[in-house]
Amino acid sequence: MMSDIFQEKKVIAPIISLKNIARLYKMGNQAFYALNNFNLDIQYNDFVAITGQSGSGKSTLMNILGCLDYPTSGEYKLKERDVAKLDETTLAGIRNLEIGFIFQSFNLLPRSSALQNVMQPLIYRGMPIKERRIKAELALTRVGLKDRIDHLPNQLSGGQRQRVAIARALVTEPAILLADEPTGNLDSATTMEIMALFDELHQDGQTLIIVTHEQEIADRCQRVIRLTDGCLVADSLNPQIEQHYKEQQLIKESANV
Amino acid sequence: MSSVFFKVVESTRSAAHSVRAHGFRSFLTTLGIIIGVASVIAVVSVVQGLSSSITSQFDDMGTNVVSINAFTPLKERLQGKVAKLTYRDFLEIQYKVPGISHITPTVAATGPNGVVQYKGESTATRVVGTGSSYQSLYGVFPETGRFFNINDDKSRRRVAVLGDSIIDKLEIKGAVVGQYIMIGGEWFKVIGVLEKRGKLFGFDQDDFILLPYTTTRALLGGAEEPDISISLQVDNANQLDSIKQHIQNLLRRNHNLSKEAADDFKISTAEQMLETVNSITSSTTMVLSGVVGISLLVGGIGIMNIMLVSVTERTREIGIQKALGATRVDILLQFLIEAVFLCLLGGLIGLAIGYGIGALVSNLIDLPSAEVPMWAVMLSFGFSAGVGLLFGIIPAAKAANLDPIDALRYE
Repeated sequence: MMSDIFQEKKVIAPIISLKNIARLYKMGNQAFYALNNFNLDIQYNDFVAITGQSGSGKSTLMNILGCLDYPTSGEYKLKERDVAKLDETTLAGIRNLEIGFIFQSFNLLPRSSALQNVMQPLIYRGMPIKERRIKAELALTRVGLKDRIDHLPNQLSGGQRQRVAIARALVTEPAILLADEPTGNLDSATTMEIMALFDELHQDGQTLIIVTHEQEIADRCQRVIRLTDGCLVADSLNPQIEQHYKEQQLIKESANV
Repeated sequence: MSSVFFKVVESTRSAAHSVRAHGFRSFLTTLGIIIGVASVIAVVSVVQGLSSSITSQFDDMGTNVVSINAFTPLKERLQGKVAKLTYRDFLEIQYKVPGISHITPTVAATGPNGVVQYKGESTATRVVGTGSSYQSLYGVFPETGRFFNINDDKSRRRVAVLGDSIIDKLEIKGAVVGQYIMIGGEWFKVIGVLEKRGKLFGFDQDDFILLPYTTTRALLGGAEEPDISISLQVDNANQLDSIKQHIQNLLRRNHNLSKEAADDFKISTAEQMLETVNSITSSTTMVLSGVVGISLLVGGIGIMNIMLVSVTERTREIGIQKALGATRVDILLQFLIEAVFLCLLGGLIGLAIGYGIGALVSNLIDLPSAEVPMWAVMLSFGFSAGVGLLFGIIPAAKAANLDPIDALRYE
């Protein structure tokens, strides 16, 4: 059964393909590789945790995956398009169309309401305001904040702010959702809520990449990647989660029958 | 093209949002522009009101009117010499210079002759002796009654034509024409009241009494020949220069002036006076505009300063926007339009305040209502927008060039 799924996925090209990626930082006379000889494929609808100690290259990887930074060398294909050497303006367009960012510190625009925050990325694709509003309201409804759309970020709790950020990432219908320590500033109950939301999105077909150093979070992801000193040292499927998804799938199927 | 328009609209929306979010700071930022534009508009409206009211005064006189006054240069005045125009000068011009349609002497009654009495009321006013041509030369006509004629002048009749304000000052009740008033101890019959002309710079233009020239001359007594001024109108405006030349030669001969001596009189035309006034008002406008331009420049630097601080303060926001897909151009436009928006807003507020100040000042010094010409409004707005563009470009470029990763990490 499991092998069947994998065969199916192999037919489709991976959504993300990194080949021999290196990222060199120069500080004065010193130079070091934040990433070196890095290879990684991520498939459609993967739910990946990227883990590692601080300084292991997680953030650099995240910035390159999010098209915020350029690799010094190597090939990065996003949806089969080579994005490693595109100019800044084109990369901005790719960030807008393909990537949804979720940050540890939420990074909402402080003087804009929840609705305006969620509408913001749609401005950059030239969407008229009426359409923006409809889409943003839908996204906020999806994360359970329908009744908070006119609140400013400082009128919301941490969990609610992160939900607004998730809605902002979802509203563009991105190819990948890139979350950098999304629960780092949240208490454990809220963390569970947010992880449950990610779970839901994954089951709806979303591709998710979560950068985390917490084992608990990694345990809730389908696939766990471990970095040390800019190199990939482990890449494994999480058996418990696989089991969990299988059960969920069975429940769905039986319900349909 | 339409995408540029979309970006401008969205940037304007975001600028309005940001200005509203920082209400007080935005107000302080744009205060320089507000004050600059308010000064432009106030100054221009007052100067324009001033020059238009002066122009309308001269319009009454017509362009072919010439007035001649005695003129003593300062140096000679210090030596105690005083130049005079005499009745003989008037007669010589009247009979020897061709091409004159109207001419009249004017003499001011001074000392006790400037005091007017009526039924126990007493007031001081300008008492002027002149000829019947005065009305057509200066465009003043009686509202009621009549002006004195040549016969009144010839027979030295004691008749008076009043300016409108005299009625109030002497508290004359009922029909004014036909009543008697006392000037310099002599009784005069009022034969007419002139049209009201109103006030100019707080100066009452209806506070005077006109008497026939000969009557006034008799009232002043024969002790000393008074200094008169002469007003005349030429038939044909084309002959103005040759007639002026003729009068100049005549008066110089009359006054026994040597070749080297300067004229001891001045011949001026309404047009000349108007030109003088216009050149004064236009140079005043220029100088003030320069001063105001500098204040707008200073205001612009204030805007640049605050915008630079604002970019630093919003570094993280800019990082977020870039992560969400904002391009360099998006960020550049956003901050540029915010600066222009602030300046235009300041311009608008300044326009309203300047108009208010202009109206207030005009009211205080009795000018006709302030007029703000369209060019001043357009110039103020254009300049404001220009200042916004000029001083917004550096902060906007700074914002646009931020690296998204560094900006996102900025605390």
